[in-house]
Amino acid sequence: MNRKLERASPWLLLIALVLAWQIICSGFQVSEFIFPSPLRILEQFAEHKATIAAHAWRTFWVTMAGFGLAILVGVLLGFAIGSSRLAYSAIYPLMTAFNALPKAAFVPILVVWFGIGVGPAVLTAFLISFFPIMVNIATGLATLEPELEDVLRVLGARRWDVLIKVGLPRSMPYFYASLKVAITLAFVGTTVSEMTAANEGIGYLLISAGSAMQMGLAFSGLVVVGAMAMLMYELFSALEKNTTAWAHRGSQH
Amino acid sequence: MGQPFIRFNDVWLAYSPALEAQGHYAVEGIHLEVDQGEFIAIVGPSGCGKSTFMKLATGLKPPSRGRIEVDGTAVNGPLKISGMAFQAPSLLPWRKTLQNVLLPLEIVEPHRSRYRSMRAEYEVRALALLDAVGLKAYASKYPWQLSGGMQQRVSICRALIHQPKMLLLDEPFGALDAFTREDLWCVLRDLWSTQRFNVILVTHDLRESVFLADTVYVMSASPGRFVARRSIDLPRPRDLEVTYTQEFSHIVHELRNHIGALRTQADATDAH
Repeated sequence: MNRKLERASPWLLLIALVLAWQIICSGFQVSEFIFPSPLRILEQFAEHKATIAAHAWRTFWVTMAGFGLAILVGVLLGFAIGSSRLAYSAIYPLMTAFNALPKAAFVPILVVWFGIGVGPAVLTAFLISFFPIMVNIATGLATLEPELEDVLRVLGARRWDVLIKVGLPRSMPYFYASLKVAITLAFVGTTVSEMTAANEGIGYLLISAGSAMQMGLAFSGLVVVGAMAMLMYELFSALEKNTTAWAHRGSQH
Repeated sequence: MGQPFIRFNDVWLAYSPALEAQGHYAVEGIHLEVDQGEFIAIVGPSGCGKSTFMKLATGLKPPSRGRIEVDGTAVNGPLKISGMAFQAPSLLPWRKTLQNVLLPLEIVEPHRSRYRSMRAEYEVRALALLDAVGLKAYASKYPWQLSGGMQQRVSICRALIHQPKMLLLDEPFGALDAFTREDLWCVLRDLWSTQRFNVILVTHDLRESVFLADTVYVMSASPGRFVARRSIDLPRPRDLEVTYTQEFSHIVHELRNHIGALRTQADATDAH
């Protein structure tokens, strides 16, 4: 009983919130231009579903492209930083400074370099999401327990062997944790870029629906982005459980 | 007898040049000659330098003074012909037991380059080792599914998979309960008597050292020096029963007195 309740609880909470939302909107006669009710959102969603789907698809594949790039660069840089003290001292402070810059501010620059549309969106998604991946891989490698390392060192293993055979597998839990964070950031990056510098995508939809006062449509866009991000999050969660079961023993019921 | 297999010749080790300049050595004047196939044990109080001695024997640290020779050649770096097990089993948690045992073969030449082609044969070898310690049925389990004693047995198999001539054990049974410990003594005794590799066992358990070894060395408190060498001439094969005989207790008592003497010495120096 408890187990079932636990599994159903987020859905139950969601339904409760939506109901409360609907009741407040209908009860207080809130104008749909201020705060559309769930029913109104659903109406506009059904009405414009083809357009929404097209924009959603655009946002999705652009985000995946930027995210894929982020994984590649994040892992390579993380590996370099985590394995070499010199690289760590040299690269890490600059990276932190870079990461502190709001990526939304980059968009106009990216537009000048790559034009409006896909380029800035992919790159913004990449720039905003590679940092957590890089940091987590570096941390995983840098915190390798000496006992595990010793096992290989007494056999005369080279540093490379230790990193590949022990360091990287050891870092997989950190890696998956960073993926879950980075994918949500990637969606943020894409949407922000699309809001200022694109003719397609959910970001563009939000701006154009907002200016046409079609709040129901705008909220539909938000819901879709949220759903996509959640789906990807759950995907990585599932991958994580399958490949790093060894690290999560403490949380088994 | 012939050439000793392991020879330490007046070996000193300081952990850093600065400490050496001050004359602070971790181990001093180590002189040791071990024959091929001999089982030696090193006992001593905590912090006396036993683990430092291990680092010297494995080639992980070069001596500050003196010379170490194994199998006729000077030791310059980690030895391929040695296997080592530590107090913590340190099995890789993302690998199953069999994969953990095979790990050294992925690192050490000549096995490393032949690994793909010889994989099946290596697995057979690994399973035979696991069988010898009674863990054949656990080959596809993960380390966390095994008890501490079982993990330590796997760790010893891992140390032997590449057929080393020398097995180094750094307090391997220290974290186990007394009954498991005695079980593993017998496991180790049996493995050694069939394959006759050299063993250097570092331990603080006197009974363990007398039961298993041919020769026991007593190391003083830091800076570590060998203060006693006792040949154990109890007949082999030795059963656990021998640990309850008078002769056995006598030897253990003798060793205990050596260590006792060290500790009162240390206390006396501290009192000043």
